[in-house]
Amino acid sequence: MKHATFEKGVVEMGHGAGGRDMADLIRHLFVTAFDNPDLTGEEDQAILSFPAGRMAISTDAFVVSPMFFPGGDIGALAVNGTVNDVAMGGADPVALSASFILEEGLPLADLARVVGSMAQAARTAGVHIVTGDTKVVERGKGDGIFITTTGFGQVREGVSLSARNGRPGDVVLVSGTLGDHGVAVMGRREGFDFDTNIVSDCAALNGLAGALLDAVPQTRLMRDPTRGGLAAVLNEIAEASRVGIAIREDALPIRPGVAGACEILGLDPLYVANEGKLVAVVPPEQAEIALAALRAHPLGREAAIIGELRADPDHFVEMETAFGGRRMVDWIAGEQLPRIC
Amino acid sequence: MGAASGRRIRVRGQVQGVGFRPFVWDLARRMEITGDVRNDAEGVLIHAAGPALDAFERALATEAPPLAEVQAVESAPHVFDCAPERFEIVASAGGTADTGVTPDAATCPACLAEIRDPAERRHGYAFTNCTHCGPRFTILDRLPYDRAKTSMRAFAMCPACRAEYENPADRRFHAQPIACPTCGPRLWLEVDGAEQPGDPIAQAAEMLRAGAILAVKGLGGFHLACDALNGAAVQRLRERKRRPAKPFALMGDLDMIRTHADAGPEAEARLTDPAAPILLLTARGAALPEAVAPGQDTLGWMLPSTPLHHLLLDAFGGPLVMTSGNLSGQPQVIGNDEARAKLAPFVDGFLMHDRDILRRLDDSVERLTPQGPMILRRARGRVPGTLPLPPGFEDAPQVLAFGGQLKSAICLTKSGRALLSHHLGDLDDRLCYDEFRKADADYAGLFDHRPQIFACDLHPGYRASQHAKTRARAHADGALIRVQHHHAHMAACMAENGWPRDGGPVAGIVLDGLGLGTDGTIWGGEILVGDYVGFRRAAHLAPVPLIGGDAAQREPWRNLLARLDAAGLGALADEILAGRDLSLPRAAAARGVNAPLSSSAGRLFDAFAAALGLVTGAQSFEGEAAMRLEALARSAPEALSRPYPFDAAGDALDPAPLFRAWADDRAAGVSPAIMAARFHAGLAEAFCAPARALIEGGAARAVALSGGCFQNATLLDLCARRLEGLPLLIHRKVPANDGGLALGQALIAAAGGGGDGR
Ligand SMILES: [Fe+3]
Ligand SMILES: [Mg+2]
Ligand SMILES: [Zn+2]
Ligand SMILES: [Zn+2]
Repeated sequence: MKHATFEKGVVEMGHGAGGRDMADLIRHLFVTAFDNPDLTGEEDQAILSFPAGRMAISTDAFVVSPMFFPGGDIGALAVNGTVNDVAMGGADPVALSASFILEEGLPLADLARVVGSMAQAARTAGVHIVTGDTKVVERGKGDGIFITTTGFGQVREGVSLSARNGRPGDVVLVSGTLGDHGVAVMGRREGFDFDTNIVSDCAALNGLAGALLDAVPQTRLMRDPTRGGLAAVLNEIAEASRVGIAIREDALPIRPGVAGACEILGLDPLYVANEGKLVAVVPPEQAEIALAALRAHPLGREAAIIGELRADPDHFVEMETAFGGRRMVDWIAGEQLPRIC
Repeated sequence: MGAASGRRIRVRGQVQGVGFRPFVWDLARRMEITGDVRNDAEGVLIHAAGPALDAFERALATEAPPLAEVQAVESAPHVFDCAPERFEIVASAGGTADTGVTPDAATCPACLAEIRDPAERRHGYAFTNCTHCGPRFTILDRLPYDRAKTSMRAFAMCPACRAEYENPADRRFHAQPIACPTCGPRLWLEVDGAEQPGDPIAQAAEMLRAGAILAVKGLGGFHLACDALNGAAVQRLRERKRRPAKPFALMGDLDMIRTHADAGPEAEARLTDPAAPILLLTARGAALPEAVAPGQDTLGWMLPSTPLHHLLLDAFGGPLVMTSGNLSGQPQVIGNDEARAKLAPFVDGFLMHDRDILRRLDDSVERLTPQGPMILRRARGRVPGTLPLPPGFEDAPQVLAFGGQLKSAICLTKSGRALLSHHLGDLDDRLCYDEFRKADADYAGLFDHRPQIFACDLHPGYRASQHAKTRARAHADGALIRVQHHHAHMAACMAENGWPRDGGPVAGIVLDGLGLGTDGTIWGGEILVGDYVGFRRAAHLAPVPLIGGDAAQREPWRNLLARLDAAGLGALADEILAGRDLSLPRAAAARGVNAPLSSSAGRLFDAFAAALGLVTGAQSFEGEAAMRLEALARSAPEALSRPYPFDAAGDALDPAPLFRAWADDRAAGVSPAIMAARFHAGLAEAFCAPARALIEGGAARAVALSGGCFQNATLLDLCARRLEGLPLLIHRKVPANDGGLALGQALIAAAGGGGDGR
């Protein structure tokens, strides 16, 4: 078997073969970057002491093209995405595991950069990456790097969040501007010459979510509107809670640059992905408290109340337009094709 | 008295609720026929004995009352157990829902004379009607059609009305909505929540003269009315309704209409039809304020359709703006409380009454073309009329087709007939979607429809398609058939023209907005060759990226950019669209980001309208750019309107040469009107030449013209003339736009065409 070295500066098949090269890679790159007492690189598992109570677990695979984009990269995304999914359950994330599928030929410098930003994101979020795995696939069988992370968190006492909890009258809040991530990634991928202010909102939401739960423990549910955007999350909530949802177009926070790019490209920001925003549903009398709590946090300064849940046997999501119309906000049906005849 | 021989005569068609039985009764008495007449589930049934039965049968069809539509008179021998001495009307047996309800009909001359005659007890009465006129479908709850099943059930007939109702010799015999000032609905004027004392009509007219905007409750919904000659009032209405440019409909009597519009005998015939549609007429003579229809040379006029409108117009004495009472994009308001809640910000008063509107119906919209009248929007006065299915579909299964997304309408087929619903609007609007689902349930109940097959568009994102899927799933053995958009347009045109099921292939020139093609691209400028079962795409516009997807419909310049870049005229695009960032749209087009390839003819119209600078930003209403382009083309002398060239290599008809020739014209200072006319002629030429070749080569037997672009009378005429001598199928009763789509879907599904949607 060919002996892989770091000198070539790219990932080689040997880095995933289970031999010395792999051990070197793990030790020099991952263990060093993720440095924490639970990660040694020597065991097949991490052993953590875990307090009594409920545990939240979430796993997510990350594939993004391009790997690096304004405001983040696949590494930051892989940490924050899973931290956020754990946090949306009302849990404080404790540890992550990470699995890497690397494509032969991936520059090691890129890998190091991704791993570095994972480490940075984990430190910011206050979680440890405690175990992991690496595989290498032949050139052409991957897209540089795929990362799967699994997160573990401790659910706060007395908190019970579920997409089923919404009731008619409850208020819907969003923690900030919509569409930043999706537009930023698309702009970089397609080589569009966007406004430099369009950057991904990629961020860990556990601090923000914790601040909301501290202020409003009665919060019914939280969701992060990633793939499918706000529209998908609202439809999920409407289905699960068996309610309708009405939002107001003029209440939606959208950055002018993002709105402008969406307008030119004919995209609807409601369907564009976010990676650092949460949607919360709270009882009506707690709405202002929730809004204040979100706005007091650095990640929630542009938080807004955007609508409310209503009794509706059809579980439709609709948006009141500036002209007073009621537009139905659908799930996206596959690729969005033009419909206006 | 012994047995006697006679005939059993069955009359089919629109023969109930239109005064048909009293007509038969009167006819029988005149012709010395004895026997009886009754309504039943299949129409009208007559048992007749007497000397002149043949003449009697003929007269049933030829002398039928104005609102009746006799489709068949079938006769068989009948033996009376005992010879009848008189002719009698037999009470209804309460049959099922096989015979149609008639559409609402405008006030008849006799009723109009009554309300204007101070000696009549119905003088000035806003709810006067008879068997020849009045509300029908809009007040109907369910069948069979009698007063107890309408919103007139709240009003008990007074003795005088009852006497008329029961007298076969009276014009109001069994007129279900019969009413008079003593017993019928009441009209009032409401200002600031308070009913105003005094004559509501006189006061309403006074307010209108002072420039007020009034909500007026009509047959199928509320209108917003103001003085059409008062530019400030019309402008105020625009601002309140937030409707910057879409033309307002107008109401006037024939003299008023002729003062402002070109209305010849053909227009008069259409305006005075019992449907009283809005008819698009070319402005001529005294000009109306620009705010009525900014930038348009066409105005939508209608005659008063109810006594209330007649009285108001008589009292006011001039033309009125009569636009639908709704929030922009939403369905018309029908309830009194709904009107108070929603329209209060728009209006200075409400002219309303206590007869409930049970079915929301917009005004129908029609236009005249050199090829005859054409329906653009089927609604009040036209529904629920049915259409006969073409030969070969007599035993077709019951089909329910759900139509398109924006001008939605559903279609039911049953017993050899198709019922195309009223215009239901944009299904992304919650209220329209509710209305759409209500229509689904409602028409099914009304016509006792039990669909075995469901049909919808190929496009999975149409809400109508999603609804169809849900409906078919809930149905134990309901098949779902998905039909290509332009095949459905073509089939609708064939069906309307009675093209037989086995009539052979037709060449369909379908010039449309857009629809999903079978190859995953977006079609819209096509020649399809096929029948009800299948088709092939024989030719199409050369596709270009639809930059921004649906945004290209709102902003015509996107289409101009795509077409000019495709024609190698990028520098000209830079010049014409200066001040606009074109790099991002171009990059999106190059990268295929929300820029699918499309052969849409509608977007080609938009592109050319943008080329002439007719709409520079966003269109303020659907079709604005194309309508302006057509208006401009009409003003050009025909001799100078040589067609712009297309490149017809293979099956792609490429308009790149058109844009290059236009660029030369532009540089030479040719007038925009001539350029607009050359565009129309070029498009007609490009599509008609291959269609003619298909016929002459034996590949097709007729040409059908369909798709939204054929609402354009200029284009229709140019094509019709180029196709002269060939069998030509064009739209008249069924909209060429997506309002007719469901009919085509239904026929294709019934014929076993389309794709399995499971
Ligand atoms: Fe269409
Ligand atoms: Mg996730
Ligand atoms: Zn009458
Ligand atoms: Zn009466």
